[in-house]
Amino acid sequence: MSELLDLNLVEASEALKNKKISSLELTKAYLKSISDTSSLGAYLEIVEDKAISMAKESDKKLINGTARPLEGIPIGIKDMFCTKDIKTTASSKILENFIPTYESTVTQNLWNDGAVILGKLSCDEFAMGSSNETAAKGNVINPWLKNKKMSPGGSSGGSAAAVASRSALAATGTDTGGSIRQPAAFCGITGLKPTYGRCSRWGIVAFSSSLDQAGPLTRTVSDAALMLNSMAGYDQKDSTSANLKMPDLMDYLDKGIKGKKIGIPKEYTQDGISEEIVKFYEKSIDLLKDEGAEIIPVSLPHTKYALPAYYIIAPAEASSNLARYDGVRYGARQEASSLDEMYELTRGNGFGDEVKRRIMIGTYVLSSGYYDAYYLKAQKVRRLIKEDFENVYKQVNYILTPSTPTTSFELGKKQDPLTMYLNDIFTVPASLAGLPGISLPVGLDNSGLPIGIQLIANSFDEPGLISTARVLEKNAGFNFIADGAAK
Amino acid sequence: MNNTSTLKPGHIQGETGIWEMVIGLEIHAQISSKSKLFSGASASFGSEANRNVSLVDAAMPGMLPVINEFCVEQAVKTGLALNAKINNVSVFDRKNYFYADLPQGYQISQFTKPIVGEGEIIVDLDDEEQTIIGIERLHLEQDAGKSLHDQHPTKSYIDLNRTGVALMEIVSKPDIRSPQEAGAYVKKIRSILRYIGACDGNMEEGSLRADCNVSVRKSGEEFGTRCEIKNLNSIRFIIQAIQSEAERQVDILEEGGTIDQETRLFDTSTGETRSMRSKEDAHDYRYFPDPDLLPLEFTESWVQDIKESLPELPDSLKKRLVKDFGITSYDASILVEEKDYVDFYQQAANGRDGKLTANWMITELFGALKKDNLSFSESPITSENLGELISLISNGTISGKIAKEVFSEMMKSKKSPSEIVKEKGLEQVSDDSEILKLIDQVISDNKDKVNEYLSGKDKLFGFFVGQVMKLSQGKANPGVVNKLLKEKLK
Repeated sequence: MSELLDLNLVEASEALKNKKISSLELTKAYLKSISDTSSLGAYLEIVEDKAISMAKESDKKLINGTARPLEGIPIGIKDMFCTKDIKTTASSKILENFIPTYESTVTQNLWNDGAVILGKLSCDEFAMGSSNETAAKGNVINPWLKNKKMSPGGSSGGSAAAVASRSALAATGTDTGGSIRQPAAFCGITGLKPTYGRCSRWGIVAFSSSLDQAGPLTRTVSDAALMLNSMAGYDQKDSTSANLKMPDLMDYLDKGIKGKKIGIPKEYTQDGISEEIVKFYEKSIDLLKDEGAEIIPVSLPHTKYALPAYYIIAPAEASSNLARYDGVRYGARQEASSLDEMYELTRGNGFGDEVKRRIMIGTYVLSSGYYDAYYLKAQKVRRLIKEDFENVYKQVNYILTPSTPTTSFELGKKQDPLTMYLNDIFTVPASLAGLPGISLPVGLDNSGLPIGIQLIANSFDEPGLISTARVLEKNAGFNFIADGAAK
Repeated sequence: MNNTSTLKPGHIQGETGIWEMVIGLEIHAQISSKSKLFSGASASFGSEANRNVSLVDAAMPGMLPVINEFCVEQAVKTGLALNAKINNVSVFDRKNYFYADLPQGYQISQFTKPIVGEGEIIVDLDDEEQTIIGIERLHLEQDAGKSLHDQHPTKSYIDLNRTGVALMEIVSKPDIRSPQEAGAYVKKIRSILRYIGACDGNMEEGSLRADCNVSVRKSGEEFGTRCEIKNLNSIRFIIQAIQSEAERQVDILEEGGTIDQETRLFDTSTGETRSMRSKEDAHDYRYFPDPDLLPLEFTESWVQDIKESLPELPDSLKKRLVKDFGITSYDASILVEEKDYVDFYQQAANGRDGKLTANWMITELFGALKKDNLSFSESPITSENLGELISLISNGTISGKIAKEVFSEMMKSKKSPSEIVKEKGLEQVSDDSEILKLIDQVISDNKDKVNEYLSGKDKLFGFFVGQVMKLSQGKANPGVVNKLLKEKLK
């Protein structure tokens, strides 16, 4: 079994195509992993029968030579993606029994390319959170330092924990302000948030429409490239989807970075950042330099306004996006004697505290009399942050930053929402600017927790992002496995 | 109040003097589109409840709106027909509020940047007078669903068929000064919409509805506080509601009160308006740009192409009818009111006497339809048949009097006039010998009168004509009868 689990996505795909292994045995190995690691709580729903039948289908195609790019690869899906006939709850009580009659574009793309679904992965409720603690069904536990019950990060905490614990070969995530990159960093894996518009949002439960973007969580950069190849693509059903063809990212794995310019923003090493992270950040800079990159200090002067602007824009959109969960057509409804009372009870019982908090913030900042001071000002800040990046990309090709200011923390320890929001301080600016970013593990801190480093590329330069990330990955040589991973 | 009869429309005589109405209209026109504004679901009327509902309309999780380009084109067409500025970049906003028949929890509309800006239209008033009414803006928005409160003692049912249907909201400037002007304005907008095919204008089915903003002031003073009367679905109700609302406001002001800015409903059974919600209860709609949709952008050349494809509009058509058919401007304005009228008229009058056709259409046909309670589209008489009738009159086959008889038969049987004339033997007799026979008969039956006439009692000539016509059962050509009688009685 363990040999099967040792294979990363690219290796497993190779082995499948060479008929060294079958999808059925691979899928069964992962289903066993899921049960072995069930105490982590990564999965909300396991679809064993469906996984087995999809694996058998894949094996037929592998045998008759019609295998597709992800043929037979067992993956987990964040519960924000609507999956046809499979319960989709967004980790919320308000959708606890919701079964979509439709399939999101991104997951459909994955199935069309031969991937096998294992199940649905926990996340923060409606993807609002940075610790996976807002999930209605409870925490997910980070497989690293398993006994200490560390946070896997959020909101794609279930996805990151599943990949790190080897209970999924890869997983999908969604990233609004860091929800792929931060949990990837906390769990010692790779997480890629593509350029806004790269992946269709159709069929993904909306949190903040102008920021939400789907992406992969994987063991390696090549795995991420292979996953994103399948996930991305123009979709007429999403008006904000980019009508641009993405080149085959697998062609960019070994392009190297000789002569490329890497920007080091001075604003990303401020107070509050862990010294050990700074140490690995500096080490990463040196590694890239050694590989022939030119290191250039840059400034993104509006960085400090990014987090406040984000926590206005995202809740504003969320307050409107979540208005549809009203108990009228689907989802949990609380019976009441009037329409208003039904709304109050349904939404009062259905949403958790963090979701309610953001709905209230969002409602407030859009209210007449406050709109200009908050929402409109935040949009102006967003434009300035975009311009910051545009200016810097005139001088450099990529920007290197830490992914998070700290490594993972114990579950239940960060109760103050504002402290929690600071987790996203390094990931939010790229989200506001719509830029692609990747977090990859470069080492462990003294307590044995993974440290993630983030690379940010210019819009639609996922190919360059992959090339650069591969160089850092190879040189950092992170090859640790979580103690809580399936054996 | 003794000088009421001399008051102009839109003026109200109070104790303290004459009050003037200030009126602005928001017309909601449903776009004649097969599918909805942001989803592929059917926009047809009268289907079984919840049959025309897509995943987007039901606001299922993760569903996204995609703009229907046909609807955008209709809005631009309408803007051009209203002589308005077309905004080549416009933005969709979300108007947030909770209601059971609003699945998304917001309506997608256009708030700060509408697709069409300022324009103006000429409005024809009753007495050949015209006035110009300014258009403030036109924007695209989604319709809401329907709540059915009368199907169950304690529950409401929701029908989402209308949810997401494309509406154009056409907002006038507060340029309207009387209920009659408001009615004429709505008629003109409806007529324009029908000409260009952007909206069927069917008020009974709710394709065209209006919200009326009404305030009163003394002439020359600033605008007063206004009230909005919601959702009026007939021109008659618009006129009644404005009049009654303005009178209500005058009564309050005359007693020293003030008008509360509020939303009101018109009760068709009492003919009065009543409060729906006050300004304090007004929703805070929290408008913001819809992040699911990109700004709506189009090129000038695209707008130009639409402009060139516009059909001839009522104002220009009216001028042309006067010129080409020699009819009065008044008749022309009646005929251009509806696209159907003018199409019918042009077919019927083609190559015929335009004036005669206009008279028959406006007086006889419209009169008969009204009497039989029929709409124009239900007319038993086709344009071909009316045209044929005009020809039969013009070429002397039948007299005007017989024509009326034929016409009423056409209304009943839908037969063509020549068929009726043939069946009933109603052809006018113009043949000299036939008529001479009748004249001889009348002369021999009335020898005394002939003598009286011959001895100078000229007035009797009419009597002889009448007798001949009577004998012919009205079929004799009166001109020929006159001529032959004169010769015979020399």
